[in-house]
Amino acid sequence: MIVRPSDFPPPWSAGEAFRPPTDPADERIEVGFLVVGAGPAGLAAAIRLGQLLEEHPEQAERLGDVPVAVLEKGKAPGAHLVSGAVVNPRALQRLFRGRKRLDQLPFAGPVEAESVLFLTRKHAYRIPTPPTMVNDRNHIASLSRLGGWLAEEAESLGATVLPETVAESLLVEGGRVVGVRTGDRGRGRNGEALANFEPGSDLTARVTILAEGTQGHLTGAALERFGLQGENPQVWALGVKEVWRVPRPLRRVIHTMGWPLRARAKYREFGGSFIYPVGEDLVTIGMVVGLDYRDTALSVHDLLQELKTHPRIRRILEGGERVQWGAKTIPEGGFVALPRRFHAPGLLLAGDGVGLVNVPALKGIHYAIESGRLAAEAAWRTLARGTSARAALASYDESLRSSFIWRDLREVRNMRQAFGHGFYVGGALASAMTASKGRFPPGESRTERDAEQSLLHTRRADLYPAPDGRLTFDKLSSVFASGNRTRDDQPNHIRVQTRVPRELAELWAHMCPAQVYEVGEEDRDGTVEVHLAPSNCVQCGAITAKGGRLTPPEGGSGPEYTIT
Amino acid sequence: MKTLVFLEHHDGAIQKGALGVLAKAVALGGAVAGVLTGSDVRALAEEAGAHGAPTVWVADDERLAAPLPQPRVDVLAKLVRDEGFDTVLFAQSVLAADVAAGLAARLDAGLNWDLVDLNADGVGTRPALADSVYVDVGWTDGPRLAVFRSGTFDPSRTGGTAEVKDAAVELEDFSTLAEMVEQAHAEQQGPSIEEADVIVAGGRGLGEPEKFSLAEELAQALGGAVGATRAVVDAGWYPYSAQVGQTGKTVSPKLYVALGISGAIQHKVGMQSSNVIVSINKDPNAPIFEFSDLGVVGDLHEIVPKLTELVRARRS
Amino acid sequence: MKVAVCVKAVPDAASGRRIDPSTKRLDRSGELAISEWDTYAIEEALVLTEAAGDGEVVVVSLGPERAVDAVRKALAMGADRAVLVTDPAFEGADLLGTAKALAAALEREAPDLVLFGQQSADGGGACLWAAVADRLRRPIVSQVSELTVDGGTLTGKRQTEFGYDTLRLPLPAVVAVADSINTPRYPSLKGIMGAKKKPQETLAAADVGGLDESRTTVLALNPPPARGEARRIDDDGTAAEKIVEFLAERRLL
Repeated sequence: MIVRPSDFPPPWSAGEAFRPPTDPADERIEVGFLVVGAGPAGLAAAIRLGQLLEEHPEQAERLGDVPVAVLEKGKAPGAHLVSGAVVNPRALQRLFRGRKRLDQLPFAGPVEAESVLFLTRKHAYRIPTPPTMVNDRNHIASLSRLGGWLAEEAESLGATVLPETVAESLLVEGGRVVGVRTGDRGRGRNGEALANFEPGSDLTARVTILAEGTQGHLTGAALERFGLQGENPQVWALGVKEVWRVPRPLRRVIHTMGWPLRARAKYREFGGSFIYPVGEDLVTIGMVVGLDYRDTALSVHDLLQELKTHPRIRRILEGGERVQWGAKTIPEGGFVALPRRFHAPGLLLAGDGVGLVNVPALKGIHYAIESGRLAAEAAWRTLARGTSARAALASYDESLRSSFIWRDLREVRNMRQAFGHGFYVGGALASAMTASKGRFPPGESRTERDAEQSLLHTRRADLYPAPDGRLTFDKLSSVFASGNRTRDDQPNHIRVQTRVPRELAELWAHMCPAQVYEVGEEDRDGTVEVHLAPSNCVQCGAITAKGGRLTPPEGGSGPEYTIT
Repeated sequence: MKTLVFLEHHDGAIQKGALGVLAKAVALGGAVAGVLTGSDVRALAEEAGAHGAPTVWVADDERLAAPLPQPRVDVLAKLVRDEGFDTVLFAQSVLAADVAAGLAARLDAGLNWDLVDLNADGVGTRPALADSVYVDVGWTDGPRLAVFRSGTFDPSRTGGTAEVKDAAVELEDFSTLAEMVEQAHAEQQGPSIEEADVIVAGGRGLGEPEKFSLAEELAQALGGAVGATRAVVDAGWYPYSAQVGQTGKTVSPKLYVALGISGAIQHKVGMQSSNVIVSINKDPNAPIFEFSDLGVVGDLHEIVPKLTELVRARRS
Repeated sequence: MKVAVCVKAVPDAASGRRIDPSTKRLDRSGELAISEWDTYAIEEALVLTEAAGDGEVVVVSLGPERAVDAVRKALAMGADRAVLVTDPAFEGADLLGTAKALAAALEREAPDLVLFGQQSADGGGACLWAAVADRLRRPIVSQVSELTVDGGTLTGKRQTEFGYDTLRLPLPAVVAVADSINTPRYPSLKGIMGAKKKPQETLAAADVGGLDESRTTVLALNPPPARGEARRIDDDGTAAEKIVEFLAERRLL
């Protein structure tokens, strides 16, 4: 029987994310500009708006007491940010208009050297660094730390950052987005109001900028509802990473391909790993795999554990200690999966939420920052007399299309999809694309929804190492190492069908790095019950790509990353 | 060293913890005296002597009848000043903690609390950060005040006799402002999970919600409280108020009995500083065995009923 | 009625509480947040003043300058004012020094009621309230799980090892509340956004009578003693007996 996750859609509809304002007018909270998400895109927007306000103080009274508000669902800015990361400093320098020197930016250090390795189980072969991956003049950073730093900068420019605050739905009036409704707090497992129940509020603003990151909850709904989707569906990869304190500094940036992923086309295992030094005493190591994989036994977390047992890799971590763990999805569709429009009445969309990621170069942070900056400028234009709000917001699309983001993504537009043909063919195609700067092969490839990949099962899981608690770790202790201490007694925020074929349940159980899903009792018709432990969830978003839907739990829930 | 030991008492007997601290004081050497404060407490001096106190100061006064801290601060402060005690020791309790802190303020003295040891050089040992590190602490000056963690020392029955002296009871005006309206009586349904000396906790290994009765009966036999893991609370088998772990309660009883609990770190951090951990689980690879003092691989459904019976027999 | 709540900003659990090996004290350089235990006291203060229909809730804290942000959470919950006693001299202040400084700050406020949380999230089991009460020369009751104020009298239910006592105290009084007393509210969005506008005052050491030398010291850090031999039994039918023997050996029966 052929099982596809898409055959079992989650009990959720985009309509749930929209509502009219319901709070009485005097209880609504009015802000000037509203940003959802304190990640690099959102905070860049807040910073740019702050700069514009400094330059044009006469606009202050039109923006009210709170000219810029940034909502963040995590406990603090950075709590839900996880990435490699090697960052191109260009967008940050543009954002701060050259007024910050490189050494003032929160980077852990420049990339001094790099290598790309092709791994087999026992060996590592150095291969020439593909041109798209060359990282000279780039810097290593902890995205979580960068987020914290950007938030401070935004606040110093007058933004109000509101952590532990979920944007649960978009407020729409007369077809226009007028703000968001924040999530309730203090509900019990069955939705009942607890002693300290605090309802959400209607927050209104002249422009709402969604910078929710990958699998953005409102972003996804808006793309659907306002008909903004492009021709190709978005696809994602799941990254799971750890940060280690090590006795010997690593002096180069390493990317690997090959083992432990399988090269044959039928498995569709596209991805690799990264190992970066973060300052003198920390190393970050992560495994990234496209969610179009088909084997129900695949577990990216366990592949990461397996990766660490490779003799070449083990050496890097020897004598060290794991200090943090994190997981998150990355949009991988690239240029062909971008929305056809990035704005709607009252609304602008920026960052990973709309897929501004250059997969072959493994870069997305500087695009997020630049898109946030451009969104801020478009939002600001709504204040200009003689410009309609519609025209001002539409100018965002124009500025995106003439930016370096567009140019870069266009150049590498078919590479990721090439790997759908397997590693070796994909590799050859990718080289051809690079050499021709994207002109060859011609045309645009298409993406297929991750959830539409039919499932197969193998005994891949037999090869995962048993956790030893020193080099390799189980999922539950990893969830602990993410800082997750989500309140248990709250409603389940994950929408999935809970009676599904065994293969699908097993897919989810292996897929989820946080062990949220468990295969339960089998029924007479061969389906099984799926049990959930939602408070384990680190909100990576993988379930949304593979047949379910992640919605935001109570504000403040989830991981508390600090150095991922 | 000239040491004064606060001898807390209840229902006609000196608290076991206080007698333990008394034994420690005697072992440290130097001059040792106990102090009894209350109304009609003279008789307890004998018990103090029988447990090693060479001298017992008795502050017997109606105004000290209720177990309230501030009048005791007055009595102890005067005693320390008049008799020149350089060390005052307490066994942790709600009352003792308030007396010790009030006394520290009154005497302008240093207070170290949550100690598990003290040596004759005046260095105390204090666990910190969920018992992951042990800190050596000291005093720079003045009388040394110390509060010891509950149950740290065992009483020592010497059969001796104490010299009994009367302590003056001169109270500040503000010390008698608090009034005891109704005093607590005997224990009701057993200790709460936070105070219990013994906790019997159940996890998924129990199999079904009804089997929590195994944990309840064993807890009752041991005089303890019942705990639960997040998994079974999530499944609705037991109330959240009994949840032990990272997102539940943190406990450190003298004895923690884990039934059918695997020992994931989320649970471990809530109970790892228990004095003694006994686990029963049928999976020999359960992580809980890595931090149990006694690990039993077996079927809890067979072992626990027998265990409960044996415990009951022992204790009666 | 004026209620003062003493709060402490402690290292946030997420940044990882650790001891700084050079100072041998808790590393307080990371993110700070109000100790969770104190939120119950803040909530109780708000409940009491809301029930009375009027009153003022002042939050008083001793800590580094950075604590200003953490203390703001109390204002977001609904407290009216914050007073932060901050001075480099107070770094590593011991129980006595802290109690004296807080008492001096409280005397300036002359509140009807002073509330504490029952424990310090970083010091574990500190009983600061009793020391402060002695300095203020006012009555104290701790471990309070139920609290009512009627006119100038306070009635509190105190939880001890032996059960619950009921006490009555005339105001002004000092009370340490247990975490069973209430469920602290989440700050509302309006509360969070309005917190910055509420008055936050800072006092230096000189304003609270200076600081004496610490009466206690931290001498060394050591690893904990080994847990001891872990014993393992495979049940052969006699496990129950063996467990009882083990418990008896450890004097737990």
